Amino acid sequence: MNAIYLRRKAVNRVALTLALGAAGFGLFWLVAILWTLLYNGLSAINLDLFTQNTPPPGGQGGLLNAIFGSVVMTSVATLVGTPIGIMAGTYLAEFGRGAKLAEVVRFINDILLSAPSIMVGLFVYEVVVMRMGHFSAWAGALALAVIVIPVVVRTTEDMLKLVPNSLREAAAALGAPQWKVITMVAYRAARNGIITGVLLAVARISGETAPLLFTALNNQFWSADMNAPMANLPVVIFQYAMSPYEDWRQLAWGGALLITVTILMLNIGARLLAGLGTTRK
Amino acid sequence: MTEIALDLSEDLSVLRRARRQRLQDTAFRTATLLFAVLVLMILGGVAVALIDGALPALRAFGVGFVATEVWNPVTEQFGALAPIYGTLVTSAIAMAVGIPVSFGIAIFITEMCPTWLKRPLGIAIELLAGIPSIIYGIWGLFVFAPFMQSTVQPFLIGTLGQLPILEDFFMGPPYGIGILTAGLILGIMVLPFITSITRDVFETVPPMVRESAYGLGATTWEVVWNVVLPYTRTGVVGGVMLGLGRALGETMAVTFVIGNAHRISSSILAPGTTISASIANEFTEAVGDVYTSALVAMGLILFLITFAVLTAAKIMLLRLQRKAGA
Amino acid sequence: MTTTHIDPTGTSGNNRGMVLSGAVSAGAVSAGMAANRAGTGLTEKISVRNLDFYYDGYRALKDISLPLYDRQVTAFIGPSGCGKSTLLRILNRMYDLYPKQKATGEVLLDGNNILSPKQDLNLLRARVGMVFQKPTPFPMSIYDNIAFGVKLYEKLSKSEMNDRVEFSLRRAALWDEVKDKLRQNGMSLSGGQQQRLCIARAIAVKPSVLLLDEPTSALDPISTAKCEELVDELRSDYCIAIVTHNMQQAARVSNFTAFMYLGELIEFGDTETIFTNPSREKTSEYITGRFG
Repeated sequence: MNAIYLRRKAVNRVALTLALGAAGFGLFWLVAILWTLLYNGLSAINLDLFTQNTPPPGGQGGLLNAIFGSVVMTSVATLVGTPIGIMAGTYLAEFGRGAKLAEVVRFINDILLSAPSIMVGLFVYEVVVMRMGHFSAWAGALALAVIVIPVVVRTTEDMLKLVPNSLREAAAALGAPQWKVITMVAYRAARNGIITGVLLAVARISGETAPLLFTALNNQFWSADMNAPMANLPVVIFQYAMSPYEDWRQLAWGGALLITVTILMLNIGARLLAGLGTTRK
Repeated sequence: MTEIALDLSEDLSVLRRARRQRLQDTAFRTATLLFAVLVLMILGGVAVALIDGALPALRAFGVGFVATEVWNPVTEQFGALAPIYGTLVTSAIAMAVGIPVSFGIAIFITEMCPTWLKRPLGIAIELLAGIPSIIYGIWGLFVFAPFMQSTVQPFLIGTLGQLPILEDFFMGPPYGIGILTAGLILGIMVLPFITSITRDVFETVPPMVRESAYGLGATTWEVVWNVVLPYTRTGVVGGVMLGLGRALGETMAVTFVIGNAHRISSSILAPGTTISASIANEFTEAVGDVYTSALVAMGLILFLITFAVLTAAKIMLLRLQRKAGA
Repeated sequence: MTTTHIDPTGTSGNNRGMVLSGAVSAGAVSAGMAANRAGTGLTEKISVRNLDFYYDGYRALKDISLPLYDRQVTAFIGPSGCGKSTLLRILNRMYDLYPKQKATGEVLLDGNNILSPKQDLNLLRARVGMVFQKPTPFPMSIYDNIAFGVKLYEKLSKSEMNDRVEFSLRRAALWDEVKDKLRQNGMSLSGGQQQRLCIARAIAVKPSVLLLDEPTSALDPISTAKCEELVDELRSDYCIAIVTHNMQQAARVSNFTAFMYLGELIEFGDTETIFTNPSREKTSEYITGRFG
């Protein structure tokens, strides 16, 4: 056969084999990570994990206060960040078409979306912690809220833009004022998508450590005081993993598994919800 | 009988209602505008806070701050050179590993994958992109670093470390942790992210363009290399730069395994530090204004670097969108 | 009746009641046509006078003048792009939602110029209802779809609202099909039912004018027939303007017809005359299918 063609075939085979190899290589490591996580984390999952507070060095205990703290701060962050994000996203989608300000906001929002989360921690430290004079759960929640906002802004804008204009016109044709057209018709039509965005934002902040490192800090004991440092899973994992104590390291794996499972559930839930939104035509 | 419900000629309350609606519309519109501006203010706030916190250090050390390796909390002499070096090198290693592998996976998914596998694989990649970096960090500390220490690093020292020029890069005792390890973990972490962007970008190529190439008898690789990649070049570069932006700022994946040594060595097997790792490890224990301020100053530098990278990425991606829409 | 009128269209001014008796509107309408209508008791609900419309500087409608009579159906026909939908959308100022679109001239609804900047748009749209080409049910239950418009301007008790919903659905010939599933989502209905739902929704707020923008073009023949029957029944209570691509539909359903071409009103008259004995050559060419 033609020599050129043979060479081309060979090159193709090599390239594709490399591609396949790369795929296998990359996926191998990712699977390995999950496997290790499961293996080490499962052995740490027991009732104590959910009922005991974090122990002193070398002691036995659980992650109760850390779980509580994470849940509380995540909830506060979501409650604060979601309305802000939805309103800003509404501006971009409904009022900002073509406006220069909207373009700038969109651009800056995307930068914030990918910005290193440790910046957010420093920002909240300077603005809140130093003002208050001490670390607090409020500061931690605020830092997480700053991470929530860009995600919600983006998905809200995208989802609202998917709502067909004919629906808006139909509501306007009945004499509805613009704010009702948006809140009672457009929001409703985009509802699933917006909720998906919120779920994704929650998944994102559930694993964030850096923003909490110098805002909420950590707390060895149970605390429900928002004005004081509050325990949270990521920082506990950080501290315990780096420590020389075997019990602490076990707890770190357990916490890691908890976080990962939660995030996967949230992501899968978000996907299912997004799927529902599109099929109901 | 169809008397008109709104006998508007008689009803004052209807007019009042109309005026109220206009007010409500203005109020709503203004509220959304304010929240949008709030987003701008957040970024502005971050910049201002960083500059403000960095001022003491900048005043004390001046521009030389970025060129000094010294990091001495006792004498309060600080220089950002080692963290900056570490940030750049680990990110470079991450890109060197991550880009080819991501491309490979993206090519596999778009060109080679059997149809039944495409969606599950794509979903799997996106789910993996959601795994928080701290997981990569502790995996790195407990699993990967020992593996590097026992197997890979001795191997590298034994082979590449014996060659004339390369020996400078691969010398030193096999700690397991260090710049190379951190870079590799960073690469694995960035993988799903770059893969999904690259795959999305590859899929913007219109089927007809691909089909016409195949129709001429081109092999799969030739289609990818000669058609898909050039067509999506801007988008791919944009996606890669987004990944780079992420790698530069990454904290938790790196902190556990970088070694936290404020020094620069030529060997990538040696421990080092990155900007975010230094801040994460030292901030809460920093004593004194100068120490804290030095850390914030490094944060400012990181902010500037990532801002530049992300802006460039955004511009490139916008260009691809415009092209795809055209 | 009080002596101090408050303007229904929100502008200040006097209410100029209109009964067309030989009054001639300037423009392309032949004077003979108008004179024919003298003394027939037809009320001119909407008067379009010297209307120009611009899309971003481009003059899409040129000097349109015509009447729309109360309790009559007026059809707008013409080839694609002639401006008939554009004209319809001016009658409820729908174009106001988009920048770079503007209208000059006068459109009088019960004597008040709705193109005036002082015109309250929401009030106008509550009086002038519109049904669109593609059915646009809101993402809510059938009941809520209808109640949405009503709640905007009226406070009704639960039973009054139930009555209004039933009334609208009956008039839209949809009641029997949906009376047991009012709580179901409006989008779960078939295309034809959705369109009738939209008609019911428009009727529910008791407008005085109904604008129908190619309401049956997305429907199957059976639903189309049902819709046309509906328009026929609704005629007795509303001033109806219908844009249609389908000449036979125009001939079946309307009392008056306006033929438009390239943004101009070529001819306006009662339907029978337009279709059997048009006075302009372009009209007869279109009717006979010479172009279109």
